[in-house]
Amino acid sequence: MKLHEFQSKAILARYGIPIPRGEVTDTPAEAAGIAERLGGRVAVKAQVLVGGRGKAGGIRLAASPREAAEAAAAILGMTIRGLPVGRVLVEEAAEVERELYLGLTVDRAIGRVRAMASAEGGVDIEEVAHARPDRIGSVAIDPFLGFRDYHARYLASFLGLPASLWVPFSGIAQGLSAAFAESDASLAEINPLVVTRDGTLLALDAKINLDDNALPRQPELAALRNADEESPAEARARLAGLSYVPLEGTIGCMVNGAGLAMATLDAVKALGGMPANFLDVGGGARAERIQTALDLILSDPRVRAVLINIFGGITRCDEVARGVAEAFSGRSPGVPVVVRLVGTNEAEARDILGQLEGVRVQRSLEEAARLAVSLAGVGV
Amino acid sequence: MAILVDHHTRLVVQGITGREGTFHTQQMLAYGTQVVAGVTPGKGGQQVHGVPVFDTVRQAVAETGANASIIFVPARGAADAILEAADAEVALVVCISEGVPTLDMVRVRRALRGSGTRLVGPNCPGVITPGVAKVGIMPGHIHVPGPVGVVSRSGTLTYEVVYALTQAGIGQSTCVGIGGDPVLGTGFVDVLELFEDDPQTEVVVLIGEIGGSDEERAATFIHSRMRKPVVAFVAGRSAPAGKRMGHAGAIIDGGAGTAEGKMEALRAAGVAVAEMLGEIPGLVRERLGQPGGPNS
Repeated sequence: MKLHEFQSKAILARYGIPIPRGEVTDTPAEAAGIAERLGGRVAVKAQVLVGGRGKAGGIRLAASPREAAEAAAAILGMTIRGLPVGRVLVEEAAEVERELYLGLTVDRAIGRVRAMASAEGGVDIEEVAHARPDRIGSVAIDPFLGFRDYHARYLASFLGLPASLWVPFSGIAQGLSAAFAESDASLAEINPLVVTRDGTLLALDAKINLDDNALPRQPELAALRNADEESPAEARARLAGLSYVPLEGTIGCMVNGAGLAMATLDAVKALGGMPANFLDVGGGARAERIQTALDLILSDPRVRAVLINIFGGITRCDEVARGVAEAFSGRSPGVPVVVRLVGTNEAEARDILGQLEGVRVQRSLEEAARLAVSLAGVGV
Repeated sequence: MAILVDHHTRLVVQGITGREGTFHTQQMLAYGTQVVAGVTPGKGGQQVHGVPVFDTVRQAVAETGANASIIFVPARGAADAILEAADAEVALVVCISEGVPTLDMVRVRRALRGSGTRLVGPNCPGVITPGVAKVGIMPGHIHVPGPVGVVSRSGTLTYEVVYALTQAGIGQSTCVGIGGDPVLGTGFVDVLELFEDDPQTEVVVLIGEIGGSDEERAATFIHSRMRKPVVAFVAGRSAPAGKRMGHAGAIIDGGAGTAEGKMEALRAAGVAVAEMLGEIPGLVRERLGQPGGPNS
């Protein structure tokens, strides 16, 4: 789960990291009021959960409350990479001397959190990592020992910070590391971390992503989820414990297991079709979850055929078949449905599915995918 | 011979009285696995399918000589269950639980360093040595004994591949599902190393997916250290960037971790990479019975 800039900054502030004064609003009039209270120049920043908002015109400087209102009016009407801007952050503008990068993420290869810093702040750090990996300094953090002072000294020296800033930098890095650990983050970034003209450090922009698996033990953070950032279908899937990613095609796919779901989508695409979604019903999927999954797929108007691919392990094929039967009881799916299942209790499942009208059972994934692709093509 | 699981395996099931724990205990017993104990705190003294239940792993090990554990406890208790098994000096711990917080695994991995415990998973289907024992949730009947080692980040996709191998008359030495999470107890390289040293295994099938760089590290290992031929498949060629495809670990981040990049790295290491799942049995057959040579 991704947090907005203003939410991320609120967390950083709790860990003693200096951030610009500011407030969030959804109206131009309030934006003017905030600018008035702050006094002086302000930045008006779109709060959307995608990168590249600066390039899209989602960040504007304003010299007066009136300009702040104008900037807010312009930004609040925008759509940035498909996401409408519902709120802006109005904060005091900083006088920037240098832009740095400081971030933490999980280094999968070694199974530890890694802190990274770069003097190339304010730009996409992935581009830096790709083009100039030598410009990123990093330290791996032992989970039992935490972020140490020497880690901070190493990074500060890598960044070429003057010795006078080492102590404040260390405080910021320690704070970010504690925020990461205690929030169960998967990413925590300050980009840019700026050195201001008066020689202090300030977190000018911040981004925190949370580990979805840890949200149950982070109820306060989980409550920050913004309903408007998620489509109704995605929200419904999440609440039902389904992993669902809408795509652009016409073949609705329901599969158990992420790997098999990906391979099923790959097969559909390789055989000339376009998947409408990724949908993993998960392990041990019970009948009602299968029913919800089918409802989700069929609520997408682009779907012209449904492909169900189940390989039974912890999931029992008969439970899936029962879910399919219940979803279709008393109504027609409206589009052809191709089912392929193998594994635990597959014979019982075949018996159940054999009695359903409009459902075609196939033995192999490739046959099933080929049939779904050809059925989806009918009438296009 | 085989790897990780054999006829010496004496299994304790952590979370044996839960729905999945009970069901899969029965399935594992039916397969012939020596399930010697179960653990559910507060339910010591009960029996599940004839298997004695203990309150703690330490009691289970002391009473039954269990040397391997499989974990079915809910995600929030999974890290604790792994550490409990390690503390009781269980040599192999297979964690099936899905949804374990990543930072829990960071601490667990650190705690297991230097211990005698190997962790497989979490969020994995487990390990099976066909015809001998299964410590996992995979459907046993699709496996047959043979010369092919299988290692995968996925669960059901592995069954798909194993099923195809079996249909083609090709058996398996051991099949290991390492799990789909970002931080795992055992990676591809660990398992490849075991297969390279296993006399029964002649060819290895590696099933990867988008996200991370474990496939790339596997490619480096295969190129420099393996003599046995490897056949690979990588899922997620049609996945969009930035979207988590079910597994917490399956995400293309900033252009890294793509299926194409992994397939290219594997090909460059001399691995036969299948474009479609259906090609795998044929590619394996071509490599069976051939003398081993360096993959370079």
